[in-house]
Amino acid sequence: MTTEPDSSADDAGPRGTASATDPTPAQLVTTSKAKIGAADLIFKNLTRTAGIGLLVLIAAIALFLVLRATDALSANTGNFFGTQEWFPNQTPPKFGVAATLFGTIVTAAIAMIIAVPVAVGIALFITVYAPRQLASVLGYVVDLLAAVPSVVYGLWGLIVLAPHMKGTQLWLNDVLGWIPLFSADAVGRSFLVAGVVLAIMILPIVAALSREVFLQVPNAHREAALALGATRWEMIRTAVLPYGRPGVISASMLGLGRAMGETIAVALVLPASFKISVHWLEPAGNTIAANVANGWGEANEIGRGALIASGLVLFIVTMVVNMIARAIVARRRDFSGSSA
Amino acid sequence: MLVKLGRRQAAVGAAMVALLTVAACGTDDNSDSGGSGTKPSGTASAIACAKGSITGSGSSAQKNAVDEWVKAYQSACSGATINYQSTGSSTGRQQFIGKQVSFAGSDSALKDQQKIDADARCAPGTAVDLPMAVGPVSLMYNISGVKDLQLSGPTLAKIFAGKITKWDDPAIKAENPSASLPSATIATVHRSDGSGTTDNFTKFLKAVGGADWTFDSGSDWKAPGGQGAKGSDGVTSTVKSTENSIGYAELSYAENAGLSTVKVKNAAGEYVAPSTDGASLGLSTAKIADGDDLKLTFDYTTATKGAYPVYLVTYEIACTKGLPADQAALVKSFLTYTASDAAQTAIGDLGYAPLPDAVATKVRAVIATLS
Repeated sequence: MTTEPDSSADDAGPRGTASATDPTPAQLVTTSKAKIGAADLIFKNLTRTAGIGLLVLIAAIALFLVLRATDALSANTGNFFGTQEWFPNQTPPKFGVAATLFGTIVTAAIAMIIAVPVAVGIALFITVYAPRQLASVLGYVVDLLAAVPSVVYGLWGLIVLAPHMKGTQLWLNDVLGWIPLFSADAVGRSFLVAGVVLAIMILPIVAALSREVFLQVPNAHREAALALGATRWEMIRTAVLPYGRPGVISASMLGLGRAMGETIAVALVLPASFKISVHWLEPAGNTIAANVANGWGEANEIGRGALIASGLVLFIVTMVVNMIARAIVARRRDFSGSSA
Repeated sequence: MLVKLGRRQAAVGAAMVALLTVAACGTDDNSDSGGSGTKPSGTASAIACAKGSITGSGSSAQKNAVDEWVKAYQSACSGATINYQSTGSSTGRQQFIGKQVSFAGSDSALKDQQKIDADARCAPGTAVDLPMAVGPVSLMYNISGVKDLQLSGPTLAKIFAGKITKWDDPAIKAENPSASLPSATIATVHRSDGSGTTDNFTKFLKAVGGADWTFDSGSDWKAPGGQGAKGSDGVTSTVKSTENSIGYAELSYAENAGLSTVKVKNAAGEYVAPSTDGASLGLSTAKIADGDDLKLTFDYTTATKGAYPVYLVTYEIACTKGLPADQAALVKSFLTYTASDAAQTAIGDLGYAPLPDAVATKVRAVIATLS
């Protein structure tokens, strides 16, 4: 530090008394204004531009979607939120997002149910149980999963996974068939298969972020738990999980965003039928993103507007989900971050 | 620990980059030498070369044919660059109207407002539809133990409309007395993405299905039920992995996947297996529109012997006048080549049929007037 002796003496007082409330970046700026003012100013403006630029970008995307969608929406003879059909290219056009929105939520939910527990398990194993060498290799392999292009997951889901999940799906139908969700006339490229493909795709994101969060747990917390006679599992339950919960939630929300927005993999796996199907083992269903991928090439002017309107719905749903996640994280922060 | 990991990843990354670079160089070299090595001297003499660069876009159904033609044309004519993007017929037509491309590939002819807009783009000339490639659409199925399935148009319409749901339905049995058909539910597979194959197949169903096919034809599949799959390859692999299924795709996909294809009954009362020659025969009695715009009206009731009734025709859309001179010369030269006998036979291996003589003659006559 190169601050002048006078100012450091001045700072000592307030810092000592109000250390928790004031991290004093402002003070640093004022005390050394003469020396790093220019660089600081440039950096401040750069970051500010980046921040504002992001907001402008999001606003521009929303505006673009709204402008392109309005023509199609006004020509629509169906109910945009109630109609399950999707015929925007015929005259008169008739389309609605009911079926695709339903499919988007169902596949993403299945993916989350499968992926989050597994991802948290992987992260815990890597941070708590695994030997150092194995942990680094395993972490690397998990990250590598994220680098596989989604079209590869889609083709694998269509050609390999769907036929191989037939047995599993028939078994589920046999055992749990009395629940409507698992009853099926025929099994095939179902919501469940798409959900499994999506689960594998979001696994690396959730696992990698959870791992980083668990690594942040202060050693003092863990050692305190162990010193009180906790087993490893008890230590995880009392020290690691409560501390990491907000982070795991944000990681899951990132994963959920990807699952809802995934395009080509779902387009390849799901049979693109426009009906709300509560039989999740039957080959039926479609998602908003997959429908855009399928319909864009041959769509006419109205058809494209309709697809953009459905994109707008996805945009809003994703935003709402993110806001909910933020709210959850914010509510938990006081509790778990207090001792950080 | 973190630093260590970072370094290792960096090393791996660097190695991958190096590998990829080497691989890329390798393939480049190969394709270069392959291209010049296979230069066909026969076609080179048939092409009246033009120079310059043009872009076309549209139908993915003719992508393989156009790629083949572009390869042959460019290897014969140095100084000519032709880009064809398979963006889908509808996009191709829109880009043509918007002056973004010099020609468009489309699985259906310009109609109504499209024709007016396209004519405006070609002022002082007009826009013309030129039939350029014909292909049989095969109906492939996956029923264990059943070969040589024979179906008529109305039965196909009932199957795809969901009115016949079991393979041992009396209507199917009547056409296949010797086959041991299972009492299984029929899983129909159609395209989930907009497609000219769907357009042409539903035109056929609409023409022969009568009261059993009440849906509009078009590039989107309109009938309820059945499974969608993305792309002809998606349909093919879904049929292959789904027992008791039936789907439609260009013949080459069924052949590559080793799937059995349905013999379809034509108006002469014969059951005909899909073939490029059969499709040519089927199209030979199509009605060609008068004038320069060679829109085809298919004749599904043709009683021609050996005609296979399910086929798709894909057009090139071009301007008679109104393109910048350098583009016009190259478009004319390229289309003259694609309509030639050499070019039409060159795409036979790719599953396309040559244009019937009556159509080809008219197409060549119109191309000769382009300027």
